[in-house]
Amino acid sequence: MGIRERLSGNEAVAIALKQINPDVLAAYPITPSTEVPQYFAQFVADGQVDTEFVAVESEHSAMSACITATAAGGRSATITSACGLALMWELLYVASGTRLPVTLAVVNRALSGPININNDHSDSMGARDSGWIQLYSENNQEAYDNYIMSLRIAEHKDVMLPVMTCQDGFITSHAIENIELLEDDKVKAFVGEYKPEHSLLSGESISMGPYDTPMFYFEHQYQRARAMVDSKQVILDVSKEFGDLTGRYYGLFEEYKMEDAERAIIVLNSTAGTAKAVCDELRAKGEKVGILKLRVYRPFPMEEIAKAISHVKAVAVMDKAESFSAAGGPVFTDVRSACYELATRPHIINYIYGLGGRDVPVDVIHFVFDELKKVVADNKPGEIYRHVGVRGV
Amino acid sequence: MAYNLKQEASKPERFVGGHRLCAGCGAGVAVRGVLRALNDEDKSVSGVATSCLEVSSFLYPFTAWNDCFIHSAFENVAASVAGAEAAYKALKRKGKVKDNYKFIAFGGDGGTYDIGFQALSGAMERGHDMVYVCYDNEAYMNTGLQRSSATPKFAEVSTAPVGSKIPGKMQYKKDLTETIVAHNVPYVAQTTFTSNFKDFHEKAHKAHYTEGPAFLNILAPCPRGWRYPPEDLMAICKLAVDTCVWPLYEVVDGDWKLTYEPKTKLPVTDYLKPQGRFSHMFKPGAEWMLEDFQAHVDKKWERLLKKCK
Repeated sequence: MGIRERLSGNEAVAIALKQINPDVLAAYPITPSTEVPQYFAQFVADGQVDTEFVAVESEHSAMSACITATAAGGRSATITSACGLALMWELLYVASGTRLPVTLAVVNRALSGPININNDHSDSMGARDSGWIQLYSENNQEAYDNYIMSLRIAEHKDVMLPVMTCQDGFITSHAIENIELLEDDKVKAFVGEYKPEHSLLSGESISMGPYDTPMFYFEHQYQRARAMVDSKQVILDVSKEFGDLTGRYYGLFEEYKMEDAERAIIVLNSTAGTAKAVCDELRAKGEKVGILKLRVYRPFPMEEIAKAISHVKAVAVMDKAESFSAAGGPVFTDVRSACYELATRPHIINYIYGLGGRDVPVDVIHFVFDELKKVVADNKPGEIYRHVGVRGV
Repeated sequence: MAYNLKQEASKPERFVGGHRLCAGCGAGVAVRGVLRALNDEDKSVSGVATSCLEVSSFLYPFTAWNDCFIHSAFENVAASVAGAEAAYKALKRKGKVKDNYKFIAFGGDGGTYDIGFQALSGAMERGHDMVYVCYDNEAYMNTGLQRSSATPKFAEVSTAPVGSKIPGKMQYKKDLTETIVAHNVPYVAQTTFTSNFKDFHEKAHKAHYTEGPAFLNILAPCPRGWRYPPEDLMAICKLAVDTCVWPLYEVVDGDWKLTYEPKTKLPVTDYLKPQGRFSHMFKPGAEWMLEDFQAHVDKKWERLLKKCK
């Protein structure tokens, strides 16, 4: 019945990695994800894993090494945050374009500049179109669970795409909470062996990473895009199997008190916890409010989200990242677009919040629900691209 | 067994014809020679940095590589091959890979001296069991002859053109081989294509079969960029070593050894003259450039001789 523990989000990911025992772990230090390779290096030093730990000289090399290690038939993993993810950018596309199931644990942190070491989602949101599957985690338990599931999703023959699992820097990466771990043998059995159809070390002669001319490039991109579409069902299947094993069931998103909600907030990662607490408070007063917590952002569950909020009168999509598009944050534009075909659409407004570690207390969520009340009363959205918790607005 | 070119050349090719490298290109010669120096029973994985070599040898769906090959980007080939080598170690330990594999990274001078330098330095320092091969043609040939830090002083390149004020590139060539020696790499060598390829072959073999990282810097002329007739590849290489512009040496565990000393050290003009990229150095009033080039080569050569004593 699992192992009860108290761990930080970083420890939880490190423990998952120990249980998985990947063939290669290549990583470079960056706050706030650094602890994961530190813990892992200790596992290596103590002989608790037989992974090749490659302490590379940059995140660019970390992702490069993971790509070829996976191409060689090994299971590879890396961990990073913020600028580290930005430095990997070029290779993120190479990993997904070469259809290599690398897994990456992102500990979300704001991108420079100016430099800021605290949490927001500008790093992984910027990578949303790199062909990686993205799973978001509310707490340490979800960071652990998502990471274990990510291997099975990535390595599924209908997918063969890399997966990044995300959790909030410091907020969940460093805060210690209760967690239920799986036994080592159960994790090993669940993730199984990585057996790619082709690899550099299988004995066959194979060339990978071609120069792709206009004659073929488009077809290869189409196949990658199809794999992203097909991954949705695989994510659901793997999550079901994981739920049967652990009792913890996950979908594409979590609907919290959404059945009869008139007002709703869509949010991801740790703020979902704060939002649920406010939701409970308001529900106790008889207010019909709900929370939709996005878990799977890529592939984007377009039809499912539209269906889930079709009955709601007003929705606030909260983005912990700017997209500087002058048209709202990334989750907002995706959600709003998803609702276009609905016969009756909710009013949808956007809040950019919590950038660079700006605290997100319950007041912020109360404020957003209050604003939604106004949207419902007026039956029009007003300004749709808004910022909350920032001075001078 | 003594080196025998005929015998070596009769081995099955690991890098085959049909690729699209230019006639007389040094890159293909370098790859073929390096892979030929592998023992028959060993398999290999080659990583190639984005380069002429990469875009000419693996155009989907055709590959010139009979052994395994991977390309991912320009500046990361050392890290890429390091990743494959790390996976090999782990999988070998777990009994999942039976065959013996050797790991080779190929990069041009741009991918090695410049943009790939950080990844190269990291991989050499970490001690991966791999050979890094730089095929040095002294400019960014794939993108159209731009200046690299391997471009010799005064050479005319597209981003250091010869103008009325500035006569080509104004900086000396970076000495990358010495820089890698400073990484305490167990085997470092400089070679090129001369006579019966004995020097080249023996160094490549040593590089493959030295445990840990090894670095081979191969002068691999580009007839189009250097502007000489393609059939003169071997003659140009011979002049590079006989003028001491490109000395042949190796450094084994920190011990420097000259592997070829010209009987008569030829003047650098013998090497520069046949190449169009240096033609402005032979115009009236440009004598100072020839003197500068010669003085630099002489100074470097004397220093090398001291190291090799």
